[in-house]
This record gives sequence, C-alpha cells and structure tokens, in this order.
Amino acid sequence: MKYLHLIWADLFRKKTRTTLTVLSIVVAFLLFGLLDAVRVAFTVHESVEGASRLITSSRLSIIQPLPYADLGQIQHVSGVEAVAYANWFGGIYQDRKNFFANFAVSPNFLDVYPEFLLPAAQKRAFAATRTAALVGENLAKRFGWKVGDKIPLEATIFPAADGSNTWTFDLVGIFRARDRQDRAQEDQMWFRYDYFDEGRMLDKGSVGWYVVKVADPRHADKVAGAIDKLFANSDAETKTETEKQFSMDFIKQMGDIGLIVTSIMGAVLFTILLLTGNTMSQAVRERIPELAVLKTIGFSNQSLLWLILIESLLLVGVAGVIGLLLASIGAGVLSSAFRGGAFTVGLQSWLTGIVLMLLLGVGVGLPPALRAMRLRIVDALGAH
Amino acid sequence: MTQKTEKLVTIRGVTKRYERGKQTIEVLHGIDIDIAAGDFLALMGPSGSGKTTLLNLIGGLDTPSSGSIEVAGARIDRLSSGELAKWRAANVGFVFQFYNLLPMLTALKNVELPLLLTRLSATQRRRNAEIALQLVNLADRAQHKPKELSGGQEQRVAIARAIVSDPTLLICDEPTGDLDRHTADEILGLLQELNRAHGKTVIMVTHDPKAAEFAARRLQLDKGTLVRDATDQVRP
Repeated sequence: MKYLHLIWADLFRKKTRTTLTVLSIVVAFLLFGLLDAVRVAFTVHESVEGASRLITSSRLSIIQPLPYADLGQIQHVSGVEAVAYANWFGGIYQDRKNFFANFAVSPNFLDVYPEFLLPAAQKRAFAATRTAALVGENLAKRFGWKVGDKIPLEATIFPAADGSNTWTFDLVGIFRARDRQDRAQEDQMWFRYDYFDEGRMLDKGSVGWYVVKVADPRHADKVAGAIDKLFANSDAETKTETEKQFSMDFIKQMGDIGLIVTSIMGAVLFTILLLTGNTMSQAVRERIPELAVLKTIGFSNQSLLWLILIESLLLVGVAGVIGLLLASIGAGVLSSAFRGGAFTVGLQSWLTGIVLMLLLGVGVGLPPALRAMRLRIVDALGAH
Repeated sequence: MTQKTEKLVTIRGVTKRYERGKQTIEVLHGIDIDIAAGDFLALMGPSGSGKTTLLNLIGGLDTPSSGSIEVAGARIDRLSSGELAKWRAANVGFVFQFYNLLPMLTALKNVELPLLLTRLSATQRRRNAEIALQLVNLADRAQHKPKELSGGQEQRVAIARAIVSDPTLLICDEPTGDLDRHTADEILGLLQELNRAHGKTVIMVTHDPKAAEFAARRLQLDKGTLVRDATDQVRP
C-alpha cells in the first residue's frame, strides 16, 4: 500500500493519455458486458416450470409450420385452459426501413394475452370484419394511423392466392399495454388468421405456433411434456417452451448468436490489448531514467516488475469495473425494452470479466515490466 | 571534525571491461585506492578517463570485471543484483548532475522515496523527509513539484533524498555540472557541511577544479589509470 501513491502518480503523469486509455477500456468492457448478457440470454435454456403461458412450435425449426389440425389435440391435453395460435407474416409497410412485427392471430388471441387492453367495441369490430387489423398505440402514433384507415402491407413470404403481393387490412382497433413499462410491445400489428389463411397461396391449413394458457402454472412442465409427447414421432414434432425462450429462439434464426457475440468480443479485446499494450510500453519507455533512479536508490528488479504490473492491473481493473457497471445498467435498460427481463450481467459475466481484466492487465503490463526489471542502471542513467 | 583513520573503501586491482560489438574495451586498469571514513574525495580527469565508471563501481551500480571492492567490510563485488540493491539502499546516497527527481512527486515525496524500502511508518517517513529537507534549507518547498523549483533547489532536494536514510557514503556524479558558479558553490558548501558536521564520506566526480577545491582529497584519473593522489589545501 505504501507504493500506491507512486503507482497512482505514474498513472496520471499524462492525464490526457491515461483518460483516453481508460475510456477505451471502459467502452471495451461495456461492450463485453452487454454482449455477454446477450450471449447468456441466447444460450441458457429457461425451464418452463411456473410459466402460465407456453409456446408450442415445430421441433425442427421455428420457421417450420405446424398443422392447424393439432389445435384440437392440444386443447384436450389435461391442464390446458385455452389455446390461441399465430403465424408470422413479415409484411413491409411502404419501405423496408419501416419494419415492425406483424402476424395473423386466432380470434381468441386477446383472451390469452390479457396484458393488452382493447375497447370492447373495437374487439367486436375485429370479430366482425374479415380484413380487420389491430395495431399497438406506439405503432399507430409512429405512422399517424387511426381507426378506419386502410393499411397495405407488401408480403415477403406469403403472396396472396391471386398472385398479388399486396395485402390490405382495415384498421378497426388500437390496443395498449396494461403496464406502461411494456410500451415497446405496442410496436406490432395483428390481423385475422382466417382472412390470412384463406387468402394465401402457400401452406394453407398451418400455423406458426400455438399459445397455450396453462390452468395451473405449477404443472406447466407436465403440460409441456404431454403436448410434445402427443406429437412425438409424427411428421410435425413439437417443442413446448416459455415465451421468453421462444423469443430467443426466434432471434436465433439470424445465426449462431453465441459465436457472433464471442467473435465480436474477441476482436474488441484483442484491439484493446494492442492499444493499451502500446500505450503502457510507451509510458514506461518515457520514464526509463526515473526507473533507473529507483533502482539506484535500492528498489530491486522484482519491485520494479511488480510496480509496473500493478500499475497496469490498476488501469485495466478500474476501467474494466466501470465498464461492467455501465453494462449492468445498460442490460437493465435493454431488458425493459425487451419484455421479460432477459438480459442481465450476471455473476458468471462478472467473473469472466475479472479474469479478462487480469489477463489483459498482465498481458499489457508484463512486457514493459520485464523491460524495467532488466534495465541496467548505468546504461539507463548514461543515456539520460 | 571526524577522524579519518578507519578505512571505509578498499579497492584492489579493479579492472572494468565493456564489450562493444566484437571489441573489448578496458576502461579501468588495475585500480588500487583506499578511502577513509569521513573523507571528502574528488575524482577528476578528462572525459573517458573512467572516473564515472569507478564511481559506479564504488556505489554498487556496476560490478568490476576483476579485482575487489570492499565497502565498510562488505565485498560488494561478490554481491548479487538483489543483494546490491539492498546494500545500496542501506549504505549509499546518490546525487546526479541532472538531479533525477521524479517529476510527478512533490519534493517531500521525492525525499521520502528511499524510506519506502524501510520498515518505518508513514508518519516516521514523513518526519524524516521533513528533517532532511530542513537540513538542505528547503523545508518551505516541501509541497512543490520539481518543475516549480530552480536548478539549485532541485539539487538540494536530490541531496536531501540522498541523506534521508542516513547512509555512510554519498556518491555525487558531477553534482554542480548543471549549475551556475554561485549556486554550485552553495551546493558544494552543503556537501562539505554534510562531510564535516555529519561525518558523511563524500565521493564526488567532477571535471571542475574549483569544485574539487571543496574536497579534502583529489584523485586524478587518466585513461583508466590513477595518475595523481593529492591532499591539497581545502577551500574553507
């Protein structure tokens, strides 16, 4: 501890350089924390235990449809209170930049999602109009839509039976999230499955996924097992999981998230290793005469080695912890935006981060520390 | 005045060779010197005569190629690098031409540096550093950083750093080489006082005959050989 003021003074002898180095490490560990939170969220499989709602989709792939005929069998599974269904549409409004989620839903969809509020009159209009569509309040504000508007969507997956790609919907209602923290969920559009299924050219009589409302969440695992058992060894085997897990699987379609995230993290940390290593070496090279003086007055080779290593570890450690703290805050914000609190910088991420800080600290500090240790006093003083 | 009968430094047959590419250059050729405790010795000679090399060997900053160096009973030519570091910390204070203070530390913290290697408490270290600064008349500059001090003041801080751990031997390499005549005389007077009043043995390298007048004994080196050993009149 008695050397701390010496190390601290050395660290801040060039404030601008140290500040910039600290900032680059902070950003690197902020990225690491956020990306690791994403990686963990996509690689950890969540248990269905205690879930009140389950999603049943194809075991093969999330884009593989399931037969509409499965509905009746699922409804009869013991412990199932209600079953809704939906199908991803992937339509584009005017321009690809205007992306929002849009899918065909069953008539009882709102019954299994009571967290969305829709006026009774609009609910009735949805039931009465084949071309009806509902949008979230956020989405309606974004495009200036109001009830009565016609919304044309350009199909990217499902052309209409007449060969046209344009599907036109009548906006009959605007729903809101009951909990205002879930406002991000208002960025979507639903329309009637029967209109969609009758009008599409391909895959008629299939649905994307079933939403299963469980009578008793304590028995959710049994319900999930019973549904999947029903379709085992059939042409369309199922996978029943939580909504959060389903959302993760949906995003995983982009590619191997774990590999992508690990590759980005590796590139970022390797760049930081080179940048900080160069800065640290330069900082030590500039004070060769001072290190020679320390040796002259009796500091041993090992003392100098440790002084520089601790300086390097302190630099990386302080900046790294700040970066991870910011990442923890950022992950919280990300979780709020992504309903279900999926992203957290957990203990495992912190431990990995601390190990990376140690490796980075030693990696950037060791070469200049060895140089300082091997310094010959007479050469260093003579060169001054 | 200190008795100068006890031998503090005994140098016998010391040679020093350096390898420069494929060439071997012998800088010192079989030097024999005895230095008494409490002496004030000036090592003089032209550039390349080997005076700084000899000073480095006596101060334990380098080791001889052959011969022996005994300081206060310790054969320092036989010590390992780590042992030499400990020996230097306990026995030698160094003063350089360009002061070599750490720029980011205050004068007080610079003076305190050698005490970090001791078991003294923080309070005791600070107290000793303050006393050392008082001895060189710089107590009022304790919280100033080197860039806020004049050359003479920086050299005083360097002297305070050299004496703070109460070493037996003060090694000074051209301590006035970067100072004007008036300031140089003040610094030399301070070294003389440390020698006379506090019994420090001072070995100083200089090429300045006026600076050498402050020493009690003057050794002249030329081309790595001792050519003159004189105890002339000392400047008061």
